[in-house]
Amino acid sequence: MIKFFLMVNKQGQTRLSRYYEHIEINKRTILEADVIKTCLSRSKEQCSFIEYKDFKLIYRQYAALFIVVGINETENEMAVYEFIHNFVEVLDMYFSRVSELDVSFSILCAYLHSTMQRVPVTKWAGKYYLSYPES
Amino acid sequence: MSDIVEKTLTALPGLFLQHQAAGGSGVPRVSVSSRLGSLIRSITALTSKHEEEKLIQQELASLKATVAAPNTTLRLMKECMVRLIYCEMLGYESSFGYIHAIKLAQQGNLLEKRVGYLAVSLFLHENHELLLLLVNTVVKDLQSTNLVEVCMALTIVSQIFPREMIPAVLPLIEDKLQHSKEIIRRKAVQALYKFHLIAPNQVQHIHVKFRKALCDRDVGVMAASLHIYLRMIKENPSAYKDLTGSFVTILKQVVGGKLPVDFNYHSVPAPWLQIQLLRILGLLGKDDPRTSELTYDVLDESLRRAELSHNITYAILFECVHTIYTIYPKPELLEKAARCIGKFVLSPKINLKYLGLKALTYVIQQDPNLALQHQMTIIECLDHPDPIIKRETLELLYRITNAQNVSVIVQKMLEYLQQSKEEYIIISLVGKIAELAEKYAPGNEWFIQTMNAVFSVGGDVMHPDIPNNFLRLLAEGFDDENEDKQLRLYAVQSYLSLLEIENALYPQRFLQVMSWVDASLSFLDGFVAEGLDQGAAPYKPHHQRQEEKLSQGKVLNFEPYGLSFSSTMSSSGCTGRQSPAGISLSSDVSGNSAETGQKETNSLKLEGVKKLWGKEGYLPKKENKAGSSPELQPIAQDSTLVENVDQMIMKKDQSQALHHSEEEAEKQRLASTLFVGLGSESAVSLLGKTDTVSHKFRRKSKINDTKNREVTSTHNINCSSFSPLSNAPYEDNDHLNSFQDKEDIGLKKCSLGSEFLESGLKSESLTELHLVENFSACSLSPPSLFEDNSMEIFHPPHPTLSSFANEISLTSSLLEELNEHVHSDLVELCNNEMLKVSSCKIWKDDCLLLVWLIVNKSSLELKNMNLEITSTENFKILEHPGFCFPVIEAESTKSIQHHVQMEKLFTEEDLSGCVKYKVEEDPYIQLEFSITLSLLDFIRPMKICTEDFGKLWLSFANDVKQNIKISDSQANLPFALKTLQQKLRLHIVDIIGNEGILACHLLPSVPCLLHLRAHEGMAALWFRSSCSTLPDYLLYQCQKVMEES
Repeated sequence: MIKFFLMVNKQGQTRLSRYYEHIEINKRTILEADVIKTCLSRSKEQCSFIEYKDFKLIYRQYAALFIVVGINETENEMAVYEFIHNFVEVLDMYFSRVSELDVSFSILCAYLHSTMQRVPVTKWAGKYYLSYPES
Repeated sequence: MSDIVEKTLTALPGLFLQHQAAGGSGVPRVSVSSRLGSLIRSITALTSKHEEEKLIQQELASLKATVAAPNTTLRLMKECMVRLIYCEMLGYESSFGYIHAIKLAQQGNLLEKRVGYLAVSLFLHENHELLLLLVNTVVKDLQSTNLVEVCMALTIVSQIFPREMIPAVLPLIEDKLQHSKEIIRRKAVQALYKFHLIAPNQVQHIHVKFRKALCDRDVGVMAASLHIYLRMIKENPSAYKDLTGSFVTILKQVVGGKLPVDFNYHSVPAPWLQIQLLRILGLLGKDDPRTSELTYDVLDESLRRAELSHNITYAILFECVHTIYTIYPKPELLEKAARCIGKFVLSPKINLKYLGLKALTYVIQQDPNLALQHQMTIIECLDHPDPIIKRETLELLYRITNAQNVSVIVQKMLEYLQQSKEEYIIISLVGKIAELAEKYAPGNEWFIQTMNAVFSVGGDVMHPDIPNNFLRLLAEGFDDENEDKQLRLYAVQSYLSLLEIENALYPQRFLQVMSWVDASLSFLDGFVAEGLDQGAAPYKPHHQRQEEKLSQGKVLNFEPYGLSFSSTMSSSGCTGRQSPAGISLSSDVSGNSAETGQKETNSLKLEGVKKLWGKEGYLPKKENKAGSSPELQPIAQDSTLVENVDQMIMKKDQSQALHHSEEEAEKQRLASTLFVGLGSESAVSLLGKTDTVSHKFRRKSKINDTKNREVTSTHNINCSSFSPLSNAPYEDNDHLNSFQDKEDIGLKKCSLGSEFLESGLKSESLTELHLVENFSACSLSPPSLFEDNSMEIFHPPHPTLSSFANEISLTSSLLEELNEHVHSDLVELCNNEMLKVSSCKIWKDDCLLLVWLIVNKSSLELKNMNLEITSTENFKILEHPGFCFPVIEAESTKSIQHHVQMEKLFTEEDLSGCVKYKVEEDPYIQLEFSITLSLLDFIRPMKICTEDFGKLWLSFANDVKQNIKISDSQANLPFALKTLQQKLRLHIVDIIGNEGILACHLLPSVPCLLHLRAHEGMAALWFRSSCSTLPDYLLYQCQKVMEES
């Protein structure tokens, strides 16, 4: 099960966040800061899956932007890892070369469509299908 | 037509972006005029969090004004919502906008409505009360002729919907399953999946329709239904065996590339769909040869097709392997899967290696041979620079541990443990080590040493079962009396040597274990006698020591020898944590050497104090920084600790001569020790390894349970409890009197050495700096309500005699204020010659309020009075759990109140805490107390009418029925109901004939309904609630009161 989906840049600014379990707002900020700290402490040679508290973080770095997904133990880490990339590819298609700011500016758009919905299969930008369980 | 719908939906975000997207490929593709754009840009430009906060607060203020203005257009409102979403995402609450989001969803045009729905789904949570206001809008949109509106309504339902309102929309959504547009059908399935998640009972009747969805000609609808199936099959695989064929066919089609190419991801057909199907097949085929038979072919094909080297195929392969090892085994497939795992493990790609280790961990119990094949890789991973890989390897080793390799594996785990900082890792690892040690320990010495290491590192955080089990083991022993003795003796000896190490810090739990072990051993009499000869003080029970400690301030006794251990133990005992057993004093330590004993006391005492004064109870890391004296250098201590554990490990392993180096020969040797005993039995391991190893240290039956409990209760000596319904507040009087008697004896007997006292003072003053910080922080917290209301007005002329009267009148004035609330009587919780703490529960309509009264009985000022409630998982204190009064004047009373909420359901649970204070410059004195809270403290009547009752009744999924016998007097139904009303605070909704309906809710707002039917000496109780466990708890309470009356 996916618990949350985050896009945070190296400075720790949240670009996009979606929680699939209710977490209080102030706890979110603390969690996000801690998550990005954990991700930044890892080198490129290290594995992209982190055991964090009682769940796992799967992260991928695109330039200065980290995409981090929190999952529980039932998920297939590699599938989530690729799911992140699929998401980025879709954004990339939509914006024709996506940048970090695009995500923020079109926050609404990103929410409206793509994986941010609890939608296992979503047709988006006419071409890509994302079929991933969101909960 | 469906294309048109799809296009419209796809175009929506584009429409939205039109006014901001400037199109070009430059970095900011957003026009300057867009308010969201400029907001984001200015935030990005800021450098500090503080500036960001200022900016957002400004933004929120202006947004608040805008959304509240009557002339704000929906179009503007939509724009405000987007900015609110952004602010909230950055962590700034914008609850003022929630209601407007709902309004926007209700009133806006398509795009505005969509934004409204989106904002609702991001702002609110499942139990938010405002969500109910959305239901009507959803119902209206579901009935709309505009498909886009229907889609939006279905989407919001699949994201967030109040459980109790499901019946209102369920028929409408069911209809949509037959809709001609696939997107509508798909979204309907998703909405039903949501219902299945939150209230499975309510969608049971549509199972047939789910089957239709599974066979839908549209892939999207089929894929959506798989989520429901995965969940249902997980719960009850046997009910869906007949669908195995369908799932296999679907997977075959997917793998064979029969799906539209749109579903491909890097030319792999619908990978996530494949994973989902593989999981379902694994669940269906588990322990079922016939079903498994059906899946062999397609699994083989999946393995074959997934040969492309791409991450996503690895994900599929991993799932294949998992499934192959889950279902009834087929040798050929196992072989292929094993080869696959080998490829993963040997891969230079780190993520793949991780996946390989995870797979290996899963299959290892069935196929230990595989571990043998990859033993060298595993050993390399054990020294991998990435701690995540290391940990996964340890997890793997944990699964293959046996009596022969246990010491090596445990050693590796301990090594890792010493490097980890994170609490979660320590807790889980410590638990595993303790389990392995108990199961496979090769000898007494090893066992004790390992457990010592476990307690040293994990003492503060470990699961309380670990010390409890360990102590029970020591106490009950095994079959061989002789060996028991040896084990115990060895344990004591090891503790003595540990305690002799200077400047060593041990966690409190470890000290408790040590002291418990000591007290229970009668054969140590020799030591004790020797100790007494050398001038050590005799054993004193816990409470007595406490009294001594309290009296330290007044009576300074200068005697040559100190009671070297008492203060340590009592200070650690006072931290509010329950020891596994009553703390008893070890006197033989002082017997060994008064001097070392005293030094230990210094460091140990600081350890105790450290726990006491952490800001939230205790925070070891922070405290380390606070320690500034030479005695307290944290690094030095840590290293001694590590050294010390290392020493133990070294000692333990000297015989095995194990040194890990890069040399291959060494690795080989390690391999031979690690994987010993794995191969021999592996030939017949296909059907799963039978665990023939019995626990080495097997516990005897639980005879000692009661004994343990007894001891614990004596430890809690100043704990009083009251049931919320009993009105006998001073039933503990006798107990208190005897306590006072003991106190007198304690004073006379007091034999505290000057040396010790000095050291005690020294260590106090060391921590004081930190304490001052603490207190200043405390005093910043807002003053309690009662302080404002000048509750300390009472100053009676004869303080010592009338302090009680003072308290009473104070209470009465307090209660006058809270007259409209039901409250308990005032109950005394703890008491000494200086002060008294009492408490009163006030059952307010919306919360449980605990009022603590602290009475200073003495003629001295009490300083730095600090009241702290120990936090537990069961309760949530809404305020800060601690409270500090800088000064309490002589003979005055202070009160504090805490709002308590129930976090986890329970019948009865203790809430404990302590008060600490200073008199003049004397050391801190501490008193512990605890108060019992019951479920009923959190139950309130729910005043609803019969009609609402009916509606609610139907909407609740969780029910519990029970018939109970009732006495003759209760056969009169109104009388029985009255009992429930009075004792359980249930609201009587209606009485119809021999049936009664009642309603209550658990604070803050979990409703529970009761239907009661009296018939021939029996009462049929039927509970329904939105919470699954509440009915059971209430049933128990009902039975209790019915039996009593």
